[in-house]
Amino acid sequence: MPMKLAKTAFATLTILFLVAPLIAILPLAFTSSVILTYPVPSWSMRWFHELFFADAWRRAIVNSLIVGTGTTVLATALGTAASLGLRNRVVLFRGAVRTLFLLPMVVPAVVLGVGMQVLLARFGLTNSYMGVIIAHTVVAVPFVVVSVTGALAGIDERVELAAESLGAAPATVFRRVTLPLAMPGVLSGAVLAFATSLDEVVLTLFVAGPNQRTLARQMFSSIRENISPAIAAAAFLFIAATLLIGLAVVLSRSVLAKRR
Amino acid sequence: MTAAAPRTVRSLLLLAPLLVFLLAFFVWPLFSMMSQSVSDTAVLRLLPRSAEVLAGWDRTSPPTLPMQQALMEDLRAVDDDQALGDMVRRLNSARSGFRTLMGKTTSALGDTDNPPADLVSIDKRWGKPEFWLAIADALSPLTDRNLLAALDLGRNAAGEIEHLPADQSVNSVILVRTFWIAALVTFFCAAIGYPYAIIAASLSGWKRDLMLAAVLLPLWTSLLVRTAAWFILLQEQGLINDLLRWLRLIDAPLPLIFNRTGVIIAMTHVLLPFMVLPIYSVLITIPKNLMPAAASLGAPPLRAFLRVLLPLSLRGVASGGLLVFISAIGYYITPALIGGPGDQMISSIIAFYATGSANWGMAGALGVVLLVATLLLYSVYARLSADEPGRR
Repeated sequence: MPMKLAKTAFATLTILFLVAPLIAILPLAFTSSVILTYPVPSWSMRWFHELFFADAWRRAIVNSLIVGTGTTVLATALGTAASLGLRNRVVLFRGAVRTLFLLPMVVPAVVLGVGMQVLLARFGLTNSYMGVIIAHTVVAVPFVVVSVTGALAGIDERVELAAESLGAAPATVFRRVTLPLAMPGVLSGAVLAFATSLDEVVLTLFVAGPNQRTLARQMFSSIRENISPAIAAAAFLFIAATLLIGLAVVLSRSVLAKRR
Repeated sequence: MTAAAPRTVRSLLLLAPLLVFLLAFFVWPLFSMMSQSVSDTAVLRLLPRSAEVLAGWDRTSPPTLPMQQALMEDLRAVDDDQALGDMVRRLNSARSGFRTLMGKTTSALGDTDNPPADLVSIDKRWGKPEFWLAIADALSPLTDRNLLAALDLGRNAAGEIEHLPADQSVNSVILVRTFWIAALVTFFCAAIGYPYAIIAASLSGWKRDLMLAAVLLPLWTSLLVRTAAWFILLQEQGLINDLLRWLRLIDAPLPLIFNRTGVIIAMTHVLLPFMVLPIYSVLITIPKNLMPAAASLGAPPLRAFLRVLLPLSLRGVASGGLLVFISAIGYYITPALIGGPGDQMISSIIAFYATGSANWGMAGALGVVLLVATLLLYSVYARLSADEPGRR
């Protein structure tokens, strides 16, 4: 049937368009050449060596881990608490508050960056890790809120009421019933917060000083100024990490589901 | 008090930290950006005495001696060269000639051996009301010049709003370009994403999973990695040009990078998932038997599509399209890395004003334009997805 053939061809081409660029960059991480083109003359690990031992890249990786960890902790704590607060239907302006929590996802990063730079300068927080962590947390927190709110919406409230009626104090109900049930949402929120921080460039450009250069920021200026296969090596790490984290989330979810 | 009261207090205590955090580090930055765009204190900060005296001036008569003395006192008191430079730049943009006039005046005032009696003796131009008018107008702490300039408007001598001359009209070009690129990207995303979502929704099993995984994998991958990948593919010695040459379709490499083509291709790739997923989520709620029913009633496939599937899925296309368009108008990284100088969008110009030339007023004003456009489109999107039937 020609219609079916056309559909298959279209779907295949689109899948190729979506996935091929990500695959095409991977082998270049192992090139021995200094330029990023095919064919690869011979294979080598020199660009991974560069990534882990060249000063600029190594510091960028360390900075990304510091900022990413700080952002994950701050965003997960703030976002989880706020999602628990949003469960209560009595709270006034619940819809407006929820919209405010999600708005950082919508506002263009450059606009936020300009405002953030002005404000952090006033607090003396520019060129500091705290400033970068705060900026990243603002854009990471909506992901935590969405993820935890979704998990909390799936909890049958009668389970909590049952625990309460059996004499459990509110803190115990939270610790033993609500939190374990919401844990998958909290975990994926934390992962998304870390990923957001890892990939954030624009706000970092505005608020970070030379000492807080993150990996994404370093990749941005490297593509802009002198592109080298170190980019491909970094991309390889990113893609591998994405797959690993995705796998970890899927596994931890199934483990948590089994424990129930 | 009711029994629910302690629970409400607890909920508010849980909400408070994030609320305070976002008010301090999200709402406040946006407000300070907005206030930057209308604040105009470069002149007022340095000329407090002149401001007092000029308030009583009738704006037409020649400058009086107290006015001149107040300005001389103010200028003698300036000890911050950068602030002086800011003020001169501000005044010069209102009336050309201030740069030389101020330079001459400050050096004459610095000569303590024979101090000038008044300003007119330093330079004849100080006797003209026009220059004093420029200072008087610049003394107001609030201004709409940045916001007007962001739209290529300005005020003439009489204070009426008019279009700036063509050689100063750069911002409308950028705005039109931003919306044009965003519209093109939205169109291509719809042209690819809509049929893709229809095919995916019509399939089942591993084929559907594969099609969805192909959308989700790029979505989860770092934006920088995807941009770097397109940089490598599109370059002159890149895989696409190699492939086309190998197929003997072209002789010389096509220019695909640092131009509009590259920006559109890369942005379409980055934003395609945002089109496919909303359309897909609407399509799977449409009963499967509607299209066969239309066919059995005698409708040819095209007519069945136009009368049944298209109206039912239009809401998904609209929210996907809005999502893509909203994201596209704020794009910075992809045009900055893949585009040429003629493909820079409004975000790049904002970043240039902010970091390149430290013109916070213009950066703020263009930021306000982008922010307002984004929030308006988002409110349409939120309304569209809020009253979607079959969704919580």
